[in-house]
Amino acid sequence: MSATGPADTAAAGEDEPTARFEALVGAGEAVEPRDWMPDGYRRMVLRQLAQHAHSEIIGMQPEGAWLTRAPSLHRKSVLIAKVQDEAGHGLYLYSAAETLGVDRADLLDALHQGRQRASATFDHPALTWADTGTIAWLTDGAAVINQAPLCRTSYGPYARAMRRVCQEEAFHVRQGYDLMRALCEGTPAQKAMAQDAVDRWWLPAVALMFGPPDTEAGGADARTAAVGAAVSRRAMAWGIKRHTNDELRARFVDSCVPQAERLGLTLPDPAIRWNEERGHYDFTPVDWDVYRRALGEDTHWARQRVAHRRAAHEDGAWVREAAAAYAARTRDADAAAGQDAGAHEHGHGQEHGQDRTEVRA
Amino acid sequence: MSSGQPEGVPAARTVGAPEARPEGVPASWEVFLRPRRGLSHQHVGSVRAYDPDTALLRARDLYTRRGDPLSLWVVRSDAVHTASPDERDPYFANARHKPYRYPQQFVPLTTERSPDGGHDD
Amino acid sequence: MATTTERAAATEADGRTDPRLAVQLLRLGDDALVLGQRLCQWITRAPTIEEDLALSNIALDLVGQARLLLTLAGRLDGTGRDEDDLAFARTDREFTNALLTELPNGDFAATVARQLVYTHYAVAYYRALGDCADPELAAFGQRAAKEIAFHRLHADTWTERLGLGTAESARRMQEGLDHVWPYTAELFDEDDPVRDLAAAGTAPSPAPLRPGWERSTTEVITRAGLTVPSPRWRARGGRAGLHTEEFASLVAELQSVRRQFPGGTW
Repeated sequence: MSATGPADTAAAGEDEPTARFEALVGAGEAVEPRDWMPDGYRRMVLRQLAQHAHSEIIGMQPEGAWLTRAPSLHRKSVLIAKVQDEAGHGLYLYSAAETLGVDRADLLDALHQGRQRASATFDHPALTWADTGTIAWLTDGAAVINQAPLCRTSYGPYARAMRRVCQEEAFHVRQGYDLMRALCEGTPAQKAMAQDAVDRWWLPAVALMFGPPDTEAGGADARTAAVGAAVSRRAMAWGIKRHTNDELRARFVDSCVPQAERLGLTLPDPAIRWNEERGHYDFTPVDWDVYRRALGEDTHWARQRVAHRRAAHEDGAWVREAAAAYAARTRDADAAAGQDAGAHEHGHGQEHGQDRTEVRA
Repeated sequence: MSSGQPEGVPAARTVGAPEARPEGVPASWEVFLRPRRGLSHQHVGSVRAYDPDTALLRARDLYTRRGDPLSLWVVRSDAVHTASPDERDPYFANARHKPYRYPQQFVPLTTERSPDGGHDD
Repeated sequence: MATTTERAAATEADGRTDPRLAVQLLRLGDDALVLGQRLCQWITRAPTIEEDLALSNIALDLVGQARLLLTLAGRLDGTGRDEDDLAFARTDREFTNALLTELPNGDFAATVARQLVYTHYAVAYYRALGDCADPELAAFGQRAAKEIAFHRLHADTWTERLGLGTAESARRMQEGLDHVWPYTAELFDEDDPVRDLAAAGTAPSPAPLRPGWERSTTEVITRAGLTVPSPRWRARGGRAGLHTEEFASLVAELQSVRRQFPGGTW
């Protein structure tokens, strides 16, 4: 919920805060947590933020499974750093979501109980080492195209989180491409592994990373295109999104095709060819059939990912309880000792106990 | 248009209207770091932790993966007192209508010409 | 990733062999590699996302240390093997890590206990290495000691929180300590080559570090309201390549991709 003040003004004139909000967004200004905002806006930002955060966390799993098997110590270091970044990005995004008045614990519960979901891209299994490179090259490549405009999204905390994410993520795609290049320049068996991974990950990347079709040109029929376009228009009017799903998808294909050619890999879409007239690559439109096919018939892996996450959370419950109990104990001890609170600074030995300025209801 | 709202604090839990945290949810801490000598500490985000030592560890892990900062602070989010225009407008009218605080409102030291905009504000 | 000076150190070692030093550096490198591998198994399974991040930071430092140590070992032993040859092409019996580092993760408390005893030893050892004659190896020792000092802070922090947290966490933490304690003695074993290296100032022996390690771990464990175990047996064998049964699957996993693609480039 939004902060206190504007609720009062709303009683005076319902339209005034809305008009002020629309003017703010229209001027390209950032919306900050304590500004009044329409419920629809808040819900839309929160939904996107939560899904984004969940995707970072769930997205750790397919690559995380290969940390112990990375075929060189250099690749192992790189993959650890990448999976670690994903944990960090999830945390940035959960923090941003919390400024909208939800609790991270509730968001995680929603993920664990299946009320909220991560991107369906990660509901596919990572079967070989080449999958880790392909995921980084294709799905992170797609994410970067999605995310670059989000650095200017209208909700301030989201945009700030995304600027940090994008800065860090540049290396993810590059290392993925680099990994694939090593495989493609290796033995025939290595190259075959690379091609196999691309064959399996292309569709999830091109279809699922950008969301369902939202234009007729992109492959939606007139009716669903209208619905998709309406949602996208709303998100764009509010400055949450800057481009349609199909626009970003086309941009992704344009960037991938020459990269695949340089690697000597074939993207598994026979319709891909350069269209001189449009100055873009043509590809099989991601219509709803293609989109559903990408989702997969079997939700085994979707369940598996959530079950893995839930197991980690449940197994760790006693650790979190211990940390809470310890904090309560030291807080009491400090209160008894009458210590004062303050900022806690690294390396200066000023790290006393708990903050007693906290107001408890 | 920046409010003083700490990033990690849900908007509903603003200063003056605190809410008890659900039992078992770690506190939110604002993280500040000094990226280089000569710069002040800058707000970079927030972490959740039950106690200040752990908050520092987590801030270090989360916000210093690239570039070693010179110093790191964590401050409990609910210890930050805030003001924003919607709630306390008088706080934010101090600079308006006082153009004389800016040097360009005055005759430059190097020419005889009067400044653009003059003294008519 | 090794720094330029460290790479230079490795290059400088070209042509110069020192099999005894190679043996010692291989032990250190295997400790770091195997412990790093175990910590990788935590990632996506930690009690909080923050801990996924913390444990991966530690794993990253360990793998980085292993890379430099194995590189040096491969040059000093005269075989010219690189870090990956040593990590991926040796058999289980050729690994010389202390058994402590290969112990399965167990619950979070067992991992914290393993981290506690290892980091208190490793900070002391790498600090001592920081004083060795070779300036490049000394520089590496100082860097590693600094990295592991943060891992030690992480371990101390959790030991205290679990020890003074709930009855369950205190029980688990004590069990973790009891479990790892018999494996700590091996860290301080010395043999003739190590004694010679120490006498020459080439690399320190871990043996004299034991009293300091006992003091500092006792201090943390006592502060955490826990008891320093006094086990009736001690493990040995890792330095001679005699490992636990669980080690075979750790190595198989580590090397699986590489072995499936002979002649591959990565």
